[in-house]
Amino acid sequence: MDTFLDSDTERQGFMMAREDQYRVNEKTNEEGSEPLYEARPKVELAHGDGGKLTHELVRGEIASRLSNPALDPLTDSAALPLPLNPLPPLSHFTGNTPGDTGASTSASASTTGPRLALTTDSYVVNPIFFPGGDIGRLAVAGTVNDLAVAGARPLYLTLGLIIEAGLSLNELRRVIDSVAATAAQAGVEIVTGDTKVVERGKGDKLYVNTAGVGLIPTGREFAARAVRAGDKVIINGAVGSHGVAVLSSRQGLEFSTPVVSDCAPLSGLIEECLTVVAAVTGGTSAIRVMRDPTRGGLATTLVEISSAAAADIIIDETAILLEPGVQGACDMLGLDPLYLANEGKVIMVVDPAHAETVVTALTKHPLGRDAVIIGEVSGREREGGSGRLFLRTKIGGTRPLTMLTGEPLPRIC
Amino acid sequence: MCLAVPVRVVQVDGDMATVDLQGNRKQVSIALVSETKAGDYLLLHAGVALQVLDEEEALETLKLLEELAEAQRQIDDGEEEADPQGVGRLRRRPPPAPDEERR
Amino acid sequence: MQNLLNKLDQPEHARALLDRIDGLLAKINKEPAPGVPQPLLKFMEVCGTHTMAISRTGLRGLLAGKIDLLSGPGCPVCVTSDPDIDLMIGIAGKEGVITATFGDMMRVPGSRGSLNQAQSGGADVRVVYSPLDAVALAQENSDRQVVFLGVGFETTTPTVALALKHAEALDLDNFSVFVNHKLTPPAVKALIQSGDVDIDGFICPGHVSAVLGARGFAFLPEEFMLPAVVAGFAAVDILLGIVSLLEQLASGKPLMDNKYKRVVRPQGNTAAQRLVDTYFRVAPAQWRGLGVIPGSGLELRDAYQRFDASDRLQLDCNPDLGRETKGSAKLEKPDDTSPDCSCGEILRGMAKPHQCRLFGTACTPERPIGPCMVSSEGACAAHYLYGHLP
Repeated sequence: MDTFLDSDTERQGFMMAREDQYRVNEKTNEEGSEPLYEARPKVELAHGDGGKLTHELVRGEIASRLSNPALDPLTDSAALPLPLNPLPPLSHFTGNTPGDTGASTSASASTTGPRLALTTDSYVVNPIFFPGGDIGRLAVAGTVNDLAVAGARPLYLTLGLIIEAGLSLNELRRVIDSVAATAAQAGVEIVTGDTKVVERGKGDKLYVNTAGVGLIPTGREFAARAVRAGDKVIINGAVGSHGVAVLSSRQGLEFSTPVVSDCAPLSGLIEECLTVVAAVTGGTSAIRVMRDPTRGGLATTLVEISSAAAADIIIDETAILLEPGVQGACDMLGLDPLYLANEGKVIMVVDPAHAETVVTALTKHPLGRDAVIIGEVSGREREGGSGRLFLRTKIGGTRPLTMLTGEPLPRIC
Repeated sequence: MCLAVPVRVVQVDGDMATVDLQGNRKQVSIALVSETKAGDYLLLHAGVALQVLDEEEALETLKLLEELAEAQRQIDDGEEEADPQGVGRLRRRPPPAPDEERR
Repeated sequence: MQNLLNKLDQPEHARALLDRIDGLLAKINKEPAPGVPQPLLKFMEVCGTHTMAISRTGLRGLLAGKIDLLSGPGCPVCVTSDPDIDLMIGIAGKEGVITATFGDMMRVPGSRGSLNQAQSGGADVRVVYSPLDAVALAQENSDRQVVFLGVGFETTTPTVALALKHAEALDLDNFSVFVNHKLTPPAVKALIQSGDVDIDGFICPGHVSAVLGARGFAFLPEEFMLPAVVAGFAAVDILLGIVSLLEQLASGKPLMDNKYKRVVRPQGNTAAQRLVDTYFRVAPAQWRGLGVIPGSGLELRDAYQRFDASDRLQLDCNPDLGRETKGSAKLEKPDDTSPDCSCGEILRGMAKPHQCRLFGTACTPERPIGPCMVSSEGACAAHYLYGHLP
């Protein structure tokens, strides 16, 4: 769905009649009646000049689609109000430590008040459009999710673009529209960004970087060291879908698949879950740690947790859900869904006394409908130090799951 | 070296066919299998069908598994002597003597 | 049919088979001599995909301490020698060449790095799902030479032969194959003939047999009195295979059993066999850690030399392969293999990974020397990584 006409044509100064042909609105031409910017159907090296062409591209194609008060001035840095005093209207923010709201405005690294969460990620997915999503949606969801699993309420994102000359303007628009839609879904704003253009052949159509900032309310702390023997491992749904969706559209491997990427921002899901847990238990410590299992898949993330927690984790093959078509695609190519990327999943390690509460809370949200307990932490104080991950297979065997080296590739053996 | 999967033929197109595996569809070569038609199941390896699956044999295997499961149930219930075949002569290599053990 | 296939692969069938295996083992090990520890029965699964399946399904753990499962030389990744990998990397680095390969080869290390590393260094290496995709690449890139890395055993060679048939029909002058295909029965035979063997039965590759026919490995019972069974790759298929081997041992009558009849016919796929025979003939081949085995590989027939990448790109091939290994079928280690590499003995069941001088020191999964360590499922890698189950 392309937006040819921007609602605020005066401000933007463009009118697009057809997708590959449009004229400049003379009102934007500060130098007189001569057309200043002849919009072209492709992004070109000249658009990276840092001057007028970049300005026009950013204003016309990017900022126009992401408009908000912080972004609109298009200054070098966005000046952002921090919602510390009063804190955002979510039930668990109030009541606990009202005194800290004032103290937390200081720049000190106090752990008693609310804390800033800051993250960044670069997105280089190929192809940039895949079933169920695109690099734009990915760039927002991925960074939002990194904030959300830290227990933060995501607030603001930056958007850095490195565009390969030759990228069609239409594709760029589609990506930016996707960024806007996903940001709206996540409740975040894109407040600043940067745009560069590189020579053809020096970039894979489009690379995106997003940095995100969020606020962790007072009293929330999630870390692998909080994991205890007996804790349950919970995930909000099926795994491997994103990996299969991306592979299916990769050149040379094309096959049509019913599988779509699960790419989605999970801030709403996680926030609602944490609210329920706080209401039931008076805090969020029943949830020891949260992670989003992206590249490397469910297995890699759980290996990381078990290693950091120095505790063995055992998951149950029969409990792990796969969307229809995922196992078939994996069988055909020789891949393991446990090691394929997910972009709309969160793993929570939870106090067993409250595991059912967490699952129920997750299932109430559209992105958590298939939430399930997939395993447990089997014990601490493992001889030798670090914990390991095991899979209880369908036939009752036990299979160790180790760290993946390199990306999964189609095999014949 | 043997990664191959059973797939269902959706449509035949001369030497190629569209096959389906749980909804995933791909164009593959059927040049190496005898006359095949929509609904057949083929063994697919690296984009080429190498054999047609035999449904009768699959049924036979299922029957065998069900018989074995039943026999095992009877053994577990103590109804049957746990040696339906008879031991007979054991044909087995003797283990290597300690001094023959390498390294 | 799909329902039928799903019904086959049920956990309760697997459990019943596991119980039956326990029963058969109890009978076979009924009268141990006092004071002599009863060693475990050793079964070799020839095919790398079987090794993977045994791990993936959890069978390895379930059978640990009951049966020793040895992984054989049936993994194209494991058995490709360093010189051959170096040649592949050399091809990849050539100007104007697109190297098309199965994913399996990307991470295998040669003496100077892997294809993955070559790709990072700028070589145009493309992973393909099918050799037919490599032919399509040649059609789409008429200004470049496309070289397909032909690795794999009897299951894969028909697909490469088909690719050559397509290339021939299209009269392509920019498609060639680096022929590195190997044959499994000669390797298994050479393994058995080269010295003492402590293997009690063979799980034969199901899909190789789908091409070769149910009697492809009949020399095992007929020449060597060794129990053999063709098995499929689901947990129940592998277990049916093991039950068969145990029943053969119990009855004292080794035979060439077929427990994968839904796929493996007595005559195999004759069309595939004929196609391979059209383009290829048998030749000696170098196996990592095992040396040169006569009659264990393929090369292009004279009429198709133009499709040979070595010819097309004028490569300096391994001169060792030209020589005749006279008389005995004894395995000879090529000069490049470390003399301390015990893969040969490990593959024959005569030694365990930890008994190899190089195990865990000079030879690790990150820097493997022999085939047993190259694949994550090889005997040594498995030993190294899987160690202790909870």
